[in-house]
Amino acid sequence: MSGKVAISLTVNGETIEALVAPRTTLADFLRQDIQLTGTHTGCEMGVCGACLVLLDDRPVHACLMFAVQADGCAVETIEGLTHRRAIDDLQKVFHERNALQCGFCTPGMLVSAYGILASGGEPDRDGIRDALSGNYCRCTGYEAIVDAIEMTARQRRQHREEEA
Amino acid sequence: MNAFAGSIDRPNSYIGRSVSRPNAKRLLEGRGRYVTDLVLPRMLHAAFVRSPYAHGRLVSIDIEEAKALSGVRAVFTGEDLASICAPWTGTLEHFNNMKSPPQVPLPLEKVMWSGQPVVLIVADSRAIAEDAAELVIVDIEELPALADPVEAMSAEAMSQELADNICFATKLDSGGVEEAFDAADTTVGQSFIFGRHTAVTLEPRAIVADYDPSENRLTAHHATQTPYQFQDVYSRHYGIPEANVRVIAPDIGGSFGMKLHVYHEEMAVVGASILLGRPIKYVADRMESFVSDIHARDHRVTGRLALDRDGRITAMDVDDVTAIGAFSSYPRTSAVEGNQVIRLMGAPYDFSSYRANLSVVFQNKVQTSQYRAVGHPIACAVTECLVDAAARELGLDPFEIRERNLIPDNSYPRTSPTGYQFEKLSHQVCLARLKSIMNYDDLLAEQADLRVKGVLRGIGIALFVEITNPSPAFYGVGGARISAQDGAILKLTPSGEVHCSISVTEQGQGTETIIGQIVADQLGIDREKVRVMTGDTDTTPHGGATWACRGAGIGGETALQAARKLKANLLAVAGLILQAQPGELDIRADWIVEAVTGQQRISLAEVARIAFFRSDTLPPETQAQLSVVHHYAPQGYPFAFTNGAQGCLVEVDAETGFVKILKHWVVEDCGRIINPLLVDEQVRGGVVQGLGAAFFEECLYNEDGQLTNGSLADYLVPMACEMPDIEISHVETPTRDTELGAKGCGEAGTAAASAAAMNAVNDALVGHGAVLTQIPMTPTRILRALGTI
Repeated sequence: MSGKVAISLTVNGETIEALVAPRTTLADFLRQDIQLTGTHTGCEMGVCGACLVLLDDRPVHACLMFAVQADGCAVETIEGLTHRRAIDDLQKVFHERNALQCGFCTPGMLVSAYGILASGGEPDRDGIRDALSGNYCRCTGYEAIVDAIEMTARQRRQHREEEA
Repeated sequence: MNAFAGSIDRPNSYIGRSVSRPNAKRLLEGRGRYVTDLVLPRMLHAAFVRSPYAHGRLVSIDIEEAKALSGVRAVFTGEDLASICAPWTGTLEHFNNMKSPPQVPLPLEKVMWSGQPVVLIVADSRAIAEDAAELVIVDIEELPALADPVEAMSAEAMSQELADNICFATKLDSGGVEEAFDAADTTVGQSFIFGRHTAVTLEPRAIVADYDPSENRLTAHHATQTPYQFQDVYSRHYGIPEANVRVIAPDIGGSFGMKLHVYHEEMAVVGASILLGRPIKYVADRMESFVSDIHARDHRVTGRLALDRDGRITAMDVDDVTAIGAFSSYPRTSAVEGNQVIRLMGAPYDFSSYRANLSVVFQNKVQTSQYRAVGHPIACAVTECLVDAAARELGLDPFEIRERNLIPDNSYPRTSPTGYQFEKLSHQVCLARLKSIMNYDDLLAEQADLRVKGVLRGIGIALFVEITNPSPAFYGVGGARISAQDGAILKLTPSGEVHCSISVTEQGQGTETIIGQIVADQLGIDREKVRVMTGDTDTTPHGGATWACRGAGIGGETALQAARKLKANLLAVAGLILQAQPGELDIRADWIVEAVTGQQRISLAEVARIAFFRSDTLPPETQAQLSVVHHYAPQGYPFAFTNGAQGCLVEVDAETGFVKILKHWVVEDCGRIINPLLVDEQVRGGVVQGLGAAFFEECLYNEDGQLTNGSLADYLVPMACEMPDIEISHVETPTRDTELGAKGCGEAGTAAASAAAMNAVNDALVGHGAVLTQIPMTPTRILRALGTI
């Protein structure tokens, strides 16, 4: 393959300067070049959602982007969301509700859930189920995940109301 | 037996309590450690060149250009690996006259399915290995593919080692079937087709094989349910002493039975690591998963029921033809599913005349083998659809006909006409409970109202029996080196905490959690002070691991007995320290207490401190035993059967053929429940895999044996928006074979979900002249059944 390309981006708030092969996907770059293995690859064609990360605060499939396309962008992965405690409440409810089994889809689920709840709305169960259509889970049957996101949305609303 | 029912309120009583999984937190933070994530020093990466044909003769393989590519470290073909690997054959001795051709990692003369690995490339990166794979030229003389199982039964043998394409055939006949059908007032018969589908674990298969020639030692980091089985396989087939083979199964991204079979790729990668003396990683990509992971099901069944004028079943007669691919899988074989299909038929019902014919057939497709709920969904769907057909014929309500035919709850123990021994089942209670939680009468009224408006609602129910806690009768008696026992090591730490390493394994179902609950419960300590470790053949005793719903029932009993043994040891030491009789002491909330009064005497941590660091203060000759190892092999009944009932509510759009699944119900009796939260989620996950088979999932092949939908964009996995909420209720009938009383629950959901769904769709279509007897029930098939297209 042709020579490597210099890119500069922020990942989880840290500036990363790297030389990458043009064909390296963002998912492979995150997992292999900078060892952020919380981002998973399940299909490498943008269907299963295991590789979802935030690109400039919006969920994207890291398997459908080349790393060079993320040049100049801000990427955030499950590790970063965890570290800055942006999804503490989601993680706690997922844990208590057992909304995960093998855990392979879970980082992508949480990134999706982050996106679903980012607007501050309180989607109903059907709305949550629709919004999760890009996330495959083979273990749970989804209900616990829907419960966990629904409960987190409710808690956040209650929290906002208490603060208002 | 079953000594602790109702003891949930005492301190540290964790059995029966919903608690969260300590090991799930790391997965929620992206700190899971899957084989996929693993990187070792000097590690190389593997990719395979695969056969584009379903059947063909290898003429030549040109690897020169691939070998010359920069970054390629080795290229291996069939002879390279066959020279160091003993072939394997997927047969079991208790299946009379079963046969299968011997298998080697990479083929020597013929390719037998499209996607079979032919050449192994090892390179500095996966990308380079894939580049090199494109430079290999494999010349294959294409041969006619056997893609149709019925045709394969009479066609010329496709394996030169065999006389025909029949892997295994057997008959069951309890007698009286012909007479019962002759005398019947009503008979019903249907022909069913169950499509091929596959596990689609979110993490594909993965292995890092790391052979160290200086010690003749193999370490395989292997995404599998069964590390001990693979330790045995790698040892025997590559001639490495068993104690020198270590298999580590870390976090596993789903398995469902799929990751416990021997695959050609993993065997080839182990061989390549031996030849190169370096670690080699192979992770299947999703396209490779579809053409090389085992598929499941693929049955064509005809079934008949005979009934008397009261709607009582008098006889059942079935014929199952199941196609398994080119080889029987190893070491569990591909005949177990068919065997369980014909033995589980009619299991909930009280009749004695049964006859079955089973044909397990080779074809030029990837292997089928054990996947979640082996055989159960087939037996359940055939039985339950026939019962519904009989109910329609007789004008009986589906609940009514089942109430008339169920084995009464008070008539156990029973032996089925197929030879299964049932200790105690609870069909009548479960069926009544299902009717109640479904609000069945309301559903019927609503259905009738909507039907007037042209809305086709369907209500389907299905009863099931599930095989759990298998004894050696499953594999051991057939010569397979697959353990039915488990082992645990419990170690007291000097701070009074407990470390448990056990041979059952974790794939997210919560094995480590329930083992921790049992150990803490039995020892009388806080569960936060119990650390459970699984999945490493070097640090855990050899055992069966987790499959066939044995983790809770057998692994749990192992942990329970081990904990009682350690507790006795600890009370003995405490007795010496306190100058008290051990029998008068107990452990509660991490303290040694007076058993009768509960008065605290000395903390467990203090006992541990004294025993580890001040043994000089104990009486002379005292040798405190602060670790125990304990093994438990199931005894009594060969299997612990469970049972339950499921209901499904659907709405069928007769114009488009689309089905909306509105709600699903499960009543389940898995004996003693250790953690209701985890049991419920196992059941829900199982149901969704069953609904996937019922409506979406199918590996589609053309007549040339080519898989035509082998990607995740083409193969339909159930999505959140397509799945209903699932309501669950439990009945608890503990097995009396163990102290714990637990049976399995992981396959119950899958066992009956597709049967309930079929009955629901057919109920919706009553009066439209359509009966669906093939799954998945796709919109096209529904429209065809309706005569629309």
